[in-house]
Amino acid sequence: MQINSPQFKQRATVALQDMRLQKALSKAKGGFIDKRLAAISALPEFEALRERGKAIKQHTLENLDFYLERFESKVIAQGGKVHWASSSEEACQLILEISRAANAKVITKGKSMVGEEISLNEALEADGFKVVETDLGEYIIQLAHEPPSHIIAPAVHKTREQISDLFHEHHQQYGLTQKLDTVPELVNEARTVLRSQFLSADVGITGANFLIAETGSTVIVTNEGNGDLTNTLPRVHIVMTSIEKVVPTLNDATTLLRLLGRSATGQEMTSYTTFTTGVRREGELDGAQEFHVVLLDNGRTTMLGDEFKDMLRCIRCGACMNHCPVYGSVGGHAYGWVYPGPMGSVLTPLMIGLKAAQDLPNASTLCGRCEQVCPMKIPLPTMLRQHRINAYEQDLMPTRARWALKIWAYLAKRPALYQKLASIKIGILGFLGGGRGSFRYLPFAGAWTKNRDFPAPQGKTFMAQWKARKSA
Amino acid sequence: MPTSPPKVGLFVTCLVDLFRPNVGFSAIKLIEQAGYSVDVPEQQTCCGQPAYNSGDVPTTRELARQVMTAFENYDYVVAPSGSCASMLKFHYVELFKDNPVELEKAQHFAQRCYELTSFLTEICEMKQVTANFPHRVTYHDSCSGLREMGIKQQPRQLLNSVTGLNLVEMKESETCCGFGGTFCLKYPDISTRIVSDKVANIHHTDAEVLTAGDLGCLMNMAGRLSRTGSKVQVYHVAEILADMTNIPAIGEAEGE
Repeated sequence: MQINSPQFKQRATVALQDMRLQKALSKAKGGFIDKRLAAISALPEFEALRERGKAIKQHTLENLDFYLERFESKVIAQGGKVHWASSSEEACQLILEISRAANAKVITKGKSMVGEEISLNEALEADGFKVVETDLGEYIIQLAHEPPSHIIAPAVHKTREQISDLFHEHHQQYGLTQKLDTVPELVNEARTVLRSQFLSADVGITGANFLIAETGSTVIVTNEGNGDLTNTLPRVHIVMTSIEKVVPTLNDATTLLRLLGRSATGQEMTSYTTFTTGVRREGELDGAQEFHVVLLDNGRTTMLGDEFKDMLRCIRCGACMNHCPVYGSVGGHAYGWVYPGPMGSVLTPLMIGLKAAQDLPNASTLCGRCEQVCPMKIPLPTMLRQHRINAYEQDLMPTRARWALKIWAYLAKRPALYQKLASIKIGILGFLGGGRGSFRYLPFAGAWTKNRDFPAPQGKTFMAQWKARKSA
Repeated sequence: MPTSPPKVGLFVTCLVDLFRPNVGFSAIKLIEQAGYSVDVPEQQTCCGQPAYNSGDVPTTRELARQVMTAFENYDYVVAPSGSCASMLKFHYVELFKDNPVELEKAQHFAQRCYELTSFLTEICEMKQVTANFPHRVTYHDSCSGLREMGIKQQPRQLLNSVTGLNLVEMKESETCCGFGGTFCLKYPDISTRIVSDKVANIHHTDAEVLTAGDLGCLMNMAGRLSRTGSKVQVYHVAEILADMTNIPAIGEAEGE
């Protein structure tokens, strides 16, 4: 996927002026927040579940090598194969080789953010495969040639009218002549077109929400059933996922599933929760004849040993972005890569480099709501700040901001001088204010006064008044 | 009531010092009403948050040491800000986690740090205030105070004891106002969008007055309210509780 994170500011400005996007965002925001709240309010043990979920993940991460090897041996025992990919390129190469060996022409895909992370579609299409996204949201953005803007609702930025236009444009080849207005009509249209693709696919690629070490199973959750058609109909099933998805037992997976649905969409459970264990056995009516799991590292083992380790607990529910005031204002595309919102602002710099993604950890008010709603209690604001600390140490801060900070710091460390200068400066500001109450414009504070007035200081500084009072 | 009243050191906060001294004097009045003696150590400037949130840890540590030294001899350190109080109470400890000697000092310091309304309700066990403010008021929960310091009921409990005051809740009172310290200067357009949503929620309550416990948030919201021609007045919660609202509201001119 193309990296546009260095243009965060410009993209955010465009997003703020895009009225259709703003409409789509405000509609989605309330829905996610209210539904999650209703679901967790109905479950008194939610808080205890969070603690349990966190403990499961922490334990697994501390013994990651053990559980991954156990998972691999169980997959092999079920007739499948595990492939290890240290980078995106390696992962794509592995999948290309499997698909070529299967003489595949059509490849269906379930929604996979790891697939986006490694730019899998681009790699497959460049090699001549026809790739069909089967998750409705992913299908819509595939038609629109856009990246996802949300990790669980990839087309959340699209309005119904835009989707209707897209189908009208692209489905004429399937006989669609008029524009469809209602959601059921649109869903039925997608279902009909996708059905034939499911039946013609040679390879099905899905992601995984969890990998279970004790059984070698992979788990996906969907609300459309598209994942099941992707992993049972084609001859070959490839699971493209990353190493931190492993959990020790089936029991552990069910604990995390209880957290995932509620945090993501406010559902107790998603409509479909599918456990896939190995290849089709003798006498079974469906299931793939080849079962491959590609396990991606792409920087994750480095995170295991540094201050971003907690981020590996993430179960990709999207609650952090649903509750983020910045995400809610600019949407996912502004962030410029696969993972948007708070979790993305932590992950992206680790995957594409802090220099390219420098804006992301800064574009946060550190309001803390993401950590508050995170089912895995990931300290997202702390990690956003850690990126800022790293950027400061690597001298990545813009020169002007650095100097402003230096001058301020010089003064703040010298209280007597600071108070003397503050008193003079505030005196001038107060004089300029001249009882006006607010400034509509202030030199050097254009960023503030562009859309806000600047409240004028009351008069003398507190310290000046306090000293006068004490000596009186 | 203790026989010799414990000594409270007021951490003024840099914004109150520069822009709204009335908040500091309101805090002093309230703490004295509760029976404690208050002093203001002069060796204070800022808690260090601008440096900390910009990633400059060395400067933050120096400022943290300066604050801890300035407040060494006080039983309590009280700030009329959830954000600065949280910096003192939680983040200083983080800053020194790799140095056992300084860590212990920071932990000892942290135990004495409070935000004003929680100090009044939890330590002073203040149940009501002596103030008169016959207005419809809505309260914004500032982020650090709410999520790090657990400030939610404390200001509301005291506001409800103000004579004539009618407290109305706005929708999404716990959603950030878009201030975020330097955030609002680095990303002014995003900040504007967030504060515009906040202003809409304030207006939906038909409140005459907006209040909160953090001056940064209040200046941000007051600035947007004023720019959009709103009649809503803005006061810091300490000013209302101390009955010190006899000066123009934040961002408001004399006689407006």
